[in-house]
Amino acid sequence: MKFTLNWLREHLDTSASLDDILSALTDVGLEVEGVESPAEKLTGFRVAKILTAAPHPQADKLQVLTVDQGDGTPPLQVVCGAPNARAGLIGVFGVEGAVVPSNGMVLRKAAIRGVESNGMMCSTRELELGEDHDGIIELPADAPVGTAFADYAGLDDPIIDVSVTPNKQDCMGVRGIARDLAAKGLGTLKPLAIPAIAENGAGPDVRTDDADGCPAFFARSVEGVANGASPEWMQVRLKAIGQKPISALVDITNYITFDLGRPLHVYDRATLNGPLVARRAVPGEQVLALNGKTYTLPEGATVIADADGAHDIGGIMGGERSGAQAGTTSVLIECAYFTPESIARAGQALGLTSDARQRFERGVDPAFLADGLDIATDYVLRLCGGTASAMTRAGEPPVAAKSIAYDPALSARLGGIDLAPADQQGILERLGFIVGADWTVTVPSWRRDVDGPADLVEEVIRIHGIDNVASVPLPRVPGVARPTATPEQLVERRVRRAAAARGFNEAVNWSFLSEKEAAAVGGGDWTLANPISEDLKVMRPSLLPGLLSAAARNAARGATAIRLFEVGRRYFRNEDGTSRERLTLGFVLAGDKSPRNWQQGKAAPFSAFDAKAEVLALLAAAGAPVQNLQMMGDAGASYHPGQSGTLRLGPKTVLAAYGVLHPTLARTFDLSGPVVAGELYLDAVPLKRKSGFMRPAYAPPALQAVTRDFAFLVPETVEADALVRAIRGADKGSIVTARLFDMFAGQGVPEGQKSLAVEVTLQPGEKSFAEEELKAISDKVVTAAEKLGGVLRG
Amino acid sequence: MSEVEALKSGLVADIESADSLDAVEALRVGALGKQGVVTALLKTLGGMSPDERLEKGPPIQSLREAVTDAIATRKAALETAALDARLASERVDMTLPAAEAPQGSIHPVSQVMDELAEIFADLGFTVATGPEIEDDWHNFTALNIPETHPARAMHDTFYFPDKDAEGRSMLLRTHTSPVQIREMLKHKPPIRLVAPGRVYRSDSDATHTPMFHQIEGLVIDRDIHLGHLKWTLETFLKAFFERDDVTIRLRPSFFPFTEPSMEFDASYSLVNGQRVMGGTDGWMELGGSGMVHPNVIRNCGLDPAEWQGFAFGIGVDRLAMLKYGMNDLRAFFDGDLRWLKHYGFSALDVPTLSGGVGA
Repeated sequence: MKFTLNWLREHLDTSASLDDILSALTDVGLEVEGVESPAEKLTGFRVAKILTAAPHPQADKLQVLTVDQGDGTPPLQVVCGAPNARAGLIGVFGVEGAVVPSNGMVLRKAAIRGVESNGMMCSTRELELGEDHDGIIELPADAPVGTAFADYAGLDDPIIDVSVTPNKQDCMGVRGIARDLAAKGLGTLKPLAIPAIAENGAGPDVRTDDADGCPAFFARSVEGVANGASPEWMQVRLKAIGQKPISALVDITNYITFDLGRPLHVYDRATLNGPLVARRAVPGEQVLALNGKTYTLPEGATVIADADGAHDIGGIMGGERSGAQAGTTSVLIECAYFTPESIARAGQALGLTSDARQRFERGVDPAFLADGLDIATDYVLRLCGGTASAMTRAGEPPVAAKSIAYDPALSARLGGIDLAPADQQGILERLGFIVGADWTVTVPSWRRDVDGPADLVEEVIRIHGIDNVASVPLPRVPGVARPTATPEQLVERRVRRAAAARGFNEAVNWSFLSEKEAAAVGGGDWTLANPISEDLKVMRPSLLPGLLSAAARNAARGATAIRLFEVGRRYFRNEDGTSRERLTLGFVLAGDKSPRNWQQGKAAPFSAFDAKAEVLALLAAAGAPVQNLQMMGDAGASYHPGQSGTLRLGPKTVLAAYGVLHPTLARTFDLSGPVVAGELYLDAVPLKRKSGFMRPAYAPPALQAVTRDFAFLVPETVEADALVRAIRGADKGSIVTARLFDMFAGQGVPEGQKSLAVEVTLQPGEKSFAEEELKAISDKVVTAAEKLGGVLRG
Repeated sequence: MSEVEALKSGLVADIESADSLDAVEALRVGALGKQGVVTALLKTLGGMSPDERLEKGPPIQSLREAVTDAIATRKAALETAALDARLASERVDMTLPAAEAPQGSIHPVSQVMDELAEIFADLGFTVATGPEIEDDWHNFTALNIPETHPARAMHDTFYFPDKDAEGRSMLLRTHTSPVQIREMLKHKPPIRLVAPGRVYRSDSDATHTPMFHQIEGLVIDRDIHLGHLKWTLETFLKAFFERDDVTIRLRPSFFPFTEPSMEFDASYSLVNGQRVMGGTDGWMELGGSGMVHPNVIRNCGLDPAEWQGFAFGIGVDRLAMLKYGMNDLRAFFDGDLRWLKHYGFSALDVPTLSGGVGA
């Protein structure tokens, strides 16, 4: 919301400086977004008089002028191309060194076609005061030569832009802002004069058939108006806040909208047919609005219509057909109350914002219909002439006053400021509240946002100064702070730092994917209705697409070794339509595992076993029982079907999937070379519940462990893990570990078979193993292997 | 010189000039071996009378000792020389590069969230989470933002076409505030929590991304007022930036879920043209806060006459930028390894109160 300092002073009697006003605005909750001083832009431009004008010797269209700039210095020679430049004209002269606002050019002494020129006579466009560029500005003959032009033109009026929060509907007009500043102690609010209108004849025929959307519709007609330009002062103010002056009738309604926060509409009565009625739009009804666009009205929207149909989207925008024109002589002034909720609904459905909507949606003062209409009528009579009718009052605005039982102690209890009741009363009364002897506080009609005691605390402390609140420490439980992290949070922290410690760089990728990316990993459960772009549309069912995109971007930037991970959620839908968000760690390894180097020579790529190593290490960090996990297949379509796997706790609980990325998926993301990846489903990892700190007792075995190596020929189809598990289980009392250390196929190994070598560690108990005991264990190992088709190699 | 003395000086000289371990061994055998000359002399001692042994014994013993010592000394010298020669031959260029271990990193957002969790834990706050795909009741209605309130338009909301079983519209949460509602519905006060996480707004330009991170704070108790809010903000920012000269300014504002509502600014100083938190050169807007609105407390089944408290929200990405100096929010979500390595943190930079919450 913009206004100028002089405009504010129309309502606020104050001697405060601009700086004081600005800081007070922010203090009371009207954050200053900017201050613009048009006078600054016009430094170096002054009122000057052309003394002589003669043709330029070298150019037909140019003239050589002598200009008196009114400061007693000799007249300056100026070359000018404006057709209206002539001796005796008083205009605006830019002195040497001045900066032309429209193009930033610094004026310098120069020779134009061989004739010296000092400074420039300016057009309105050059000074950004209008579009006119047909000639230089012509000021009245009595304009004081030598005066700074900004002063002369009344442009030395700073423009203040404040951000008005949605609750402060009263500050959508300059008067409301003045009231807040007066309450803050920056001056006094001037009384608002309500003019007495001489009424002739009956009021216009208006009514409301939509008591919900438009409970009150007040109107008055004025006959015999002349709709010329609005007066200069009004145009200057409207222009200052970015409004384009149109005609007196339109400008009056705009001015009152910004001055008093009271939107109005003026109809040309010649275009109306029969009574003007506020009613609900009929299905499919259309309105051609003032902005030239046709809107199909949503259900429940209020329109202002006559016998020919809807003219106006009630409270949002006037209609093209019935607005005041240059030739308008008979007008109807509408001053209505529209219900905020219905304006909000209609405005949202139409996607249409306007100054009127912004005010009605927040709630205009329901007790200010008749006065607002009188003020508007008075402007029309004064600026356009004519005769006013009586006022028609259709319907009743919701003026019932709200009362709140307030306890002044609440300012300390809730607001932390212990302010004397009398001071609180003063603040509330300056804001227009009526404070009863029993502290029943009546809310002024223009404050629709104040509902309860907490709102009154806000009023008191924001005017008193919220920065006067003193800091008070939160009560603290004695002793050292207790741990707060949940087991889930600890798992997340541990895996994140474990991954970084293992050389991964953590990325944070978008939670949404394109439909194509989501489809590549099986599709997502949630697709946005209003995505910001097609690339960010489907909530990710997998962390892989985001990581692969990031990997591809890095590869395109020349990265040769890519180790990325992310800890984040995957999004699924529960049966009841709510969201199921699964915390997941995803990683991708692409490019060189190790670069070419002097020790090993060529660069080495990543393999599926690198993914497996990471998955196991990270699951261990997460506290998963890594020794008890089952290695299974079915890692899904994202992976190479023969070089991938899952790790499960029992057959159903999948803790991780990993492997070489499926080449098709890699190609989708423009990744070449082997890419390996994995996902850990952290929400499936069983949580460790703390049951004290004590560890089980432990004594190292007295005797040293012994190792024995076994090599078996097994059918190609036997999985190494099956053999190792079988061996480990052959004699649980003695065998503590079994570790595969060699695998061989080809020469010396029969077709369809492979050789697997396993190192078995045996731990003796009380006494060392006797030869026959070792033999017995060996036999058990061999028997276990034989069950899988294994034959001990000689 | 006696015969024994002559033998001693001859043998010792031979040993000292031996040029290999083999030559030393040959000399040892010749002197001290079974057939050695010194051995032979030692044998003669057995056939002597005590008086004779008293006279001739010591020179012979001395001979044996001198020869033994000379052999040991020479052997050691030759072995040292041999080792030196081997080591000299094993010399490598130690300026050759060692294999490099990959350097991992923690994303600044994660690091800052850990830092915040650490600070707030000391103030007795737990860390709470909630769904990012929310329903409009939790995200708006329960927070005192009715359907037609202009404040809904302040949030550029991403919607799903879906509704849950209760007919509520599903959307991406626009703030972390719905976690307030979920926690107040779940736990009876007193409550002290922070809720960090991803939030979403349909907004994208140089300083806005459609996804970003917020942290919510909520304290509900019987006597919590605005002064406690101000202290909490001040205390956490001082701890976070590890500067005692961070001051807070509250400005009245409007959020439907707090009453009174205020935005908070923190003081900064200008150092080489860059804003550094703390000092007195100016104010920087940091977040929104206020006393939880009685309607919100009521919506969570609590009596606002009994329970009151404050809430605040602040951008985590923004805190990271202000503390560590990044200037482009979009880079946070680009996964550029160069950026991650530059602005990321070591796995070992675990924030602790004793070690500090900055790295």
